[in-house]
Amino acid sequence: MKKYIIQRLLRSIVTVFVVVFLVFMMLRMMPTSGYFTRDDFLTMTEEMRTTYLKNLGVLDPPLEQFKNFIINTFRGDLGKSITVYPKVDIAEILPEKMMYSAIFGLCSMLVSMITGMSMGLLMARKKEGLADHVGTGYAVLIRSIPSLIYLFLIQILVSRAFKLPMLFYPDRPASWILPILSLSLSSIAWYAIWLRRFLVDEENRDYIKFARAKGFSEKYIMRRHVLRNALLPIAIGIPSDLLLIISGSLIIENLYSIPGMGGLLINAIRQMDNNLVQILVLIYAVLSVLGVFLGDLLVVLIDPRIRLSDDAV
Amino acid sequence: MEKVQEVLARNYDKALFRRRAFHPERSEMLSDTNYSYWQSTIRTFWKAKTSRVLIVVIAVLVLYSFVYPLVSRVDPNQVSLDTEQWNMKASPGHWFGTDALGRDIWSRTWTGTRNSLVIALVIALVEVGVGSFVGAIWGYVKKVDTVMLEVYNIVTNIPSTVYLVLLSYIMKPSVFTIVFALASRGWISEAKFMRNKILTLRESEYNIASKSLGTPLMRVVSRNILPHLISLIIMEAALTIPYSIGSEVFLGFIGLGLPQDMVTLGNMVNQGRANFMLYPSQMIFPSLVLCVITVSFYLLGTRFADASDPRNHV
Repeated sequence: MKKYIIQRLLRSIVTVFVVVFLVFMMLRMMPTSGYFTRDDFLTMTEEMRTTYLKNLGVLDPPLEQFKNFIINTFRGDLGKSITVYPKVDIAEILPEKMMYSAIFGLCSMLVSMITGMSMGLLMARKKEGLADHVGTGYAVLIRSIPSLIYLFLIQILVSRAFKLPMLFYPDRPASWILPILSLSLSSIAWYAIWLRRFLVDEENRDYIKFARAKGFSEKYIMRRHVLRNALLPIAIGIPSDLLLIISGSLIIENLYSIPGMGGLLINAIRQMDNNLVQILVLIYAVLSVLGVFLGDLLVVLIDPRIRLSDDAV
Repeated sequence: MEKVQEVLARNYDKALFRRRAFHPERSEMLSDTNYSYWQSTIRTFWKAKTSRVLIVVIAVLVLYSFVYPLVSRVDPNQVSLDTEQWNMKASPGHWFGTDALGRDIWSRTWTGTRNSLVIALVIALVEVGVGSFVGAIWGYVKKVDTVMLEVYNIVTNIPSTVYLVLLSYIMKPSVFTIVFALASRGWISEAKFMRNKILTLRESEYNIASKSLGTPLMRVVSRNILPHLISLIIMEAALTIPYSIGSEVFLGFIGLGLPQDMVTLGNMVNQGRANFMLYPSQMIFPSLVLCVITVSFYLLGTRFADASDPRNHV
């Protein structure tokens, strides 16, 4: 077990390192004119531009830059934003943005789990019934229609129909409803379809038949046996879902102008704020790798059937 | 008690258990039904009414969008200087109305449908083609497995938005960029999918049985493995099309899609979005066509997946 954890951790570190390196190099391939605002670029002379770039450190050999970046990050110095928030410490920008994205993400995770699971239960109760058809239709639409189209229409039409605010205001609770709802739509479909399929598959398993033969009520079997098993695979995804909520949703945060993480990355890349992009990519990579790792560990802890021997990797 | 093996060793007739050479004709004699995988797949697929409707819908849409630009005399890029011609409502002259520059939306919608479909098809072909090829090698050659898994971990851990946005900046917005950006990331998921499938297929009992009966490898591949894979490949290609069209819309939204003057459904949806408050129809019409296309291809893919599963062949 210990060996397994150490091995997995080492691999994860390598993955994060390579991801960060690749993105770092890609950033260096962008034209240097992006480091200037348009006005600065026009007013500066060629010499001033070169000094400016030199001060930023972007004229050093890329490998040298990468080394400095890694060393600084390990010291806890995340560097300063260049263009998005000129000369502000990145460590100061991020917490507030992360908080917004995290709150929205948490709320929508709760909403989608509760709604999605109940929908799945309802669909499985009567296969080919009305609820089943409606639920399947919903999932097909959500999966095949580009999310931008329905998210945009929801923002405009639903806010008009229910007199809800169309943009996000931190002090107006009503303006939280639509973004949370929009964030939940696709995961509701995911949970519902998943649970339905699981329940239908599981219905005729031997252990369920045996439980029935013992005379347990359907409700008891459902609660004690089926649902418990159904929750296991969902549990694998929970740590990474939880960690990744702070990355926010690009489309939704953009539509409702939520000051979260979702739009930050795009802005940072657009304005070529290399320092900011690097830190964000580092954070995302660590979170997603850590999420998968924790998910696997969690399953080992809660599923008595899985026991890791030292040779299994 | 005597051991069973010893009894057998004493009693069996050596001639009975001689290893036989492989006879293609005789091996056919074993199968008592004239079951053909492809016929059954198509029959199962065609039996459902929804599938037939889907095929018709897709055929009509695709045909129309390809024929229309050829026969129509309305230029989708024809701007009008006459303000009367701007933002017109649907009328007999302009079935979907006109946009903010007086361009005919009906003609733009169908030209855009054709362009988007071609782009999506190219992406699907490249992605699924490369993915299946690499996936087949990945599944069969055990040596590359660990390396490929690491590559997979790395590629899937680069946030897709970061990758798409960076690429669109490094390369100029163009059809090639969008195809490259999507396919260069998508192929590895396809490859992983194929690899998993091949691993389960080649370890399945009927393949082990074939192997021990002396079936040549080529025959195992062509009769036992390939049919499963080809149906998967078709399904994946069908499912990639809605995804590619959706990505085109998304990239247009963050301002990195195809060049603005190119007529595609993604561009039309995003241009219509800007005018939505005043003239909702400019977004609604192209979006409707787009949704019909993505939903039908998605359903087609899942239907075909169901039909290609031998367990559903009755």
